[in-house]
Amino acid sequence: MEKTINLTLKVWRQNGPKEKGRFETYQVSNISTDSSFLEMMDILNEQLVNDNQEPIAFDHDCREGICGMCSLYINGRPHGPDGEITTCQLHMRKFKDGETITIEPWRAAAFPIIKDLIVDRTAFDKIIGAGGYVSVNTGGVPDANAIPIARPAAEEAMDAASCIGCGACVAACKNSSAMLFVSAKVSQLALLPQGKVEAKRRAKAMVSKMDELGFGGCTNTGACEVECPKSISIAHISRLNREYLKSRLSE
Amino acid sequence: MSNFLTSSIGKKFLMSISGLFLMMFIIVHLSINLLLIFDDSGDLFNQGAHFMATNPAIKIMEPVLALGFLVHIIWSLVVSFQNMKARPIGYKQLNNSKSSSWASRNMLVLGCLIFVFLVMHIIQFFWKIKVTGDPLLAHVVVGGEEMENTYLLVSSLFKASLIYSLIYVVGAVLLGLHLAHGFWSSFQTIGFANKIWLKRLQFVGVIFAIVIAIGFSVIPLYFQIKF
Ligand code: HEM
Ligand code: SF4
Ligand code: FES
Repeated sequence: MEKTINLTLKVWRQNGPKEKGRFETYQVSNISTDSSFLEMMDILNEQLVNDNQEPIAFDHDCREGICGMCSLYINGRPHGPDGEITTCQLHMRKFKDGETITIEPWRAAAFPIIKDLIVDRTAFDKIIGAGGYVSVNTGGVPDANAIPIARPAAEEAMDAASCIGCGACVAACKNSSAMLFVSAKVSQLALLPQGKVEAKRRAKAMVSKMDELGFGGCTNTGACEVECPKSISIAHISRLNREYLKSRLSE
Repeated sequence: MSNFLTSSIGKKFLMSISGLFLMMFIIVHLSINLLLIFDDSGDLFNQGAHFMATNPAIKIMEPVLALGFLVHIIWSLVVSFQNMKARPIGYKQLNNSKSSSWASRNMLVLGCLIFVFLVMHIIQFFWKIKVTGDPLLAHVVVGGEEMENTYLLVSSLFKASLIYSLIYVVGAVLLGLHLAHGFWSSFQTIGFANKIWLKRLQFVGVIFAIVIAIGFSVIPLYFQIKF
């Protein structure tokens, strides 16, 4: 049988990047525990529109955990109380009837707020632009066995490549550090022969772009790994440190 | 190389190297100090202290140790300050105890408290031994060699003062907490970790932290309880 709950929501509202923000309190009722968190937000927005109020701006796209667009810092954790999921995969059954839910945007100097709960994550694109690619024209698809790659390396590169660039690692980190994201993007290439050629240049360029954009440094708290929807391991951060030190100390 | 030391990883590299060095120092320091409780005549510890005071290698290491502390402390402040700047507006509601350990989030606080302890500790022992001298240090002869009675200086403090003994226990626990995170973190920072070694280093780190905390705590407690 369907169960419904009533909730109080404390939501960060901010009209624009330079505007002063504030928390607004809203009530929603008869929310099905089978609905997703973003569906609950849709219901709230419909309610606001019907009351002639401005709906809450929040990011979303695929709504199936693959694009990395949805964000939201829910009750003190990125993507809410459940583990290894994005916000669009969060179910309302994780909340109790009568609960108060606090919803905040990602907080980081490098992720400025655009409006309400939407932050500007182009800093990630800039880091990728600094070196997160292989700069040769690879032509057509090569035969699968043309370049031998050890299975463990292929597996780990694939694990790193599962990063969807959501930014939860930055949001979770007490230093707003982007090291988990950058380490995933460096690892997915550093482990493969195609990526090794430019490994030194890449690690150096991506880390210096990361620093320049105002992300904090890593103090190995490990919060990123726990909050990452794709469980990217902090072992990749150690690899990034290794790649970066190799690159700088061989200059 | 010019901007290596100002890059985020470069700064953390210095913290890690200085931290690893301080950990090696702390192992030697604990080993010598434990001689305090294995010979109540004090001869063993006095010989150990005399060796440390006169050995040329140790003499060279003394300024290096001071430098190690200095680098570790200064960079810890720089790194911490810059990391705070990376989040100008904080969260209203924070629930981070599920995703990280308390020690890892409070390394600066722990470090600063250790620093306060360190200053007190230096005034009580190092300063008296090296600079001002103390009547308790009056020379004794051990095994035909004349040396300062460091044992008397240390044991007198712990026998006489319950308060100071307890402060030393607290200092040892603070250092243990700092190292429970710091040990594996320093290896992670220099790039010496992968999925398997992470687990191993974290395990060894906890054991190491417990040994350090208990090892240093035992000394003042021994004097309090036995005498
Ligand atoms: C005997 C004394 C000390 C030892 C053995 C020690 C050891 C360490 C080690 C091994 C690390 C990890 C380095 C890394 O993650 O790369 C560390 C980190 C740190 N230490 Fe110390 N430390 C000592 C004293 C201090 C003092 C006096 C302060 C400060 C005022 C301090 C502040 C810090 C801070 C802020 C960190 C950074 C935490 C992080 O990045 O995870 N430490 N320490
Ligand atoms: S590492 Fe994880 S948390 Fe960080 S951006 Fe990638 S998927 Fe998101
Ligand atoms: S909306 Fe695409 S991952 Fe959530």
